[in-house]
Amino acid sequence: MKHAATLNVNGMAYPVELEGDATLLSAIREDIGLTGTKTGCDDCECGACMVLVDDKPVNSCTYLALQAEGSAITTVEGLANGDDLSAIQSAFLDKGGVQCGYCTPGMLVSAHALLRRNPDPSEEEIRIALSGNLCRCTGYAKIAEAVMAAAKASA
Amino acid sequence: MGDVAFHTATTVDEALSLVGDGSNVKVVAGGSDLIVQARGGRDLPDNVVAIHRIEALRGIDASGDLTLGALVTHADIVSSDAVRTSWTALADASAIVGSHATRNVGTIGGNVMNASPAMETGSPLLVFGASATLRSAAGGDRSVPLEELWTGPGRTSAQPGELLVDVVVPSLPAHSGSAYVRLEYRRAMEIAIVGAAACVTLDGDTVSAARVALTAVGPTLLRSPGAEAAVIGTTGDDAALAAVAAGASADATPISDLRANEDYRRAMIGVIAKRAVSVAVRRARGEEFPIPATPVFMEGSAR
Repeated sequence: MKHAATLNVNGMAYPVELEGDATLLSAIREDIGLTGTKTGCDDCECGACMVLVDDKPVNSCTYLALQAEGSAITTVEGLANGDDLSAIQSAFLDKGGVQCGYCTPGMLVSAHALLRRNPDPSEEEIRIALSGNLCRCTGYAKIAEAVMAAAKASA
Repeated sequence: MGDVAFHTATTVDEALSLVGDGSNVKVVAGGSDLIVQARGGRDLPDNVVAIHRIEALRGIDASGDLTLGALVTHADIVSSDAVRTSWTALADASAIVGSHATRNVGTIGGNVMNASPAMETGSPLLVFGASATLRSAAGGDRSVPLEELWTGPGRTSAQPGELLVDVVVPSLPAHSGSAYVRLEYRRAMEIAIVGAAACVTLDGDTVSAARVALTAVGPTLLRSPGAEAAVIGTTGDDAALAAVAAGASADATPISDLRANEDYRRAMIGVIAKRAVSVAVRRARGEEFPIPATPVFMEGSAR
């Protein structure tokens, strides 16, 4: 059964028609067409699909899309200000925090949320905060460096 | 999946009316367990009733006993000073559920009603003697001790049409301490291989009361009478802790599965129960011990 709904993503209101069991991930990618958010394990293990719902990180693969109606959703596309990358996005580029890139959108969203709640994290705090985001390339050292650099740049 | 009607309730009364007699309907709070189960082949019923917008179910009230609304998330529990101070084992458990993304979504009510014998919050709730408040349109509220609510893996004694509204956790006497420890292969997105919670009360140096509960070693969360008897009347010394381990291993009824075999679980539940009791005794004495009580082994973090 299709349900008409409006999803607010990155400050834009998107009218959508969704099945009752559609996930937020499928709505963002298939219905709205924002493909920055990735489908990884599709089973709430890897964090590639991480987005913000009302400023809190959630794994969109295991979140019902219709539960997000009435909330503000932020995807990796929403971290940039137009063409201006955010500090965390720039730091990932500068420090080589990107290898194959598949985990990157989730890593960026997760790191963005970390820096919001803890603007000056230690390396251990960064690694714990990003522990729900898996990188198959195992590029964790440069990712942690990038988050520290972004924290410094924003201080 | 497909062909599911989705309803959002904004009050408990509206939710009860949407749930009706409970046939062909599933209540969803955070939804994370529900979607994983649906992908695993457990089809969703024709109707899903989302309760996540019911503000009345969000509160933590620690003014006497601890009352956790059904929608209280793991993130809420970890950041509650009252829970950390007085019901510490619950904070130990919520702190290691999934990742921060899971803890923002997963609720205490979802945990309790999904009735997984591996849930982190289950054995802490058992050692505290917590009860579930179930509400029905016809019968009002009834309070069910969790030991009676959980009847098997994924099964509860809740009647069709009943909705969990809160979980009530009794307050503890002075000089009490508690802890939850799990055996894990990794820190994030992990489920307990085995886990144990302990809650002790001291009279001077002596443990005068103790409850120990075991995670992922039986069809439900289990109390361990053997581990409890082994520590009551002692100071929690090494000999008592060895007896706690033996008691927990003897009371466990584990199965073999993908993550561990029966013998390994039986051996490890003793080790983990011993650690939980040891930390609970130290906290009861007023020693500071970090939350979560399960240590992080992070190779390379000292570089």
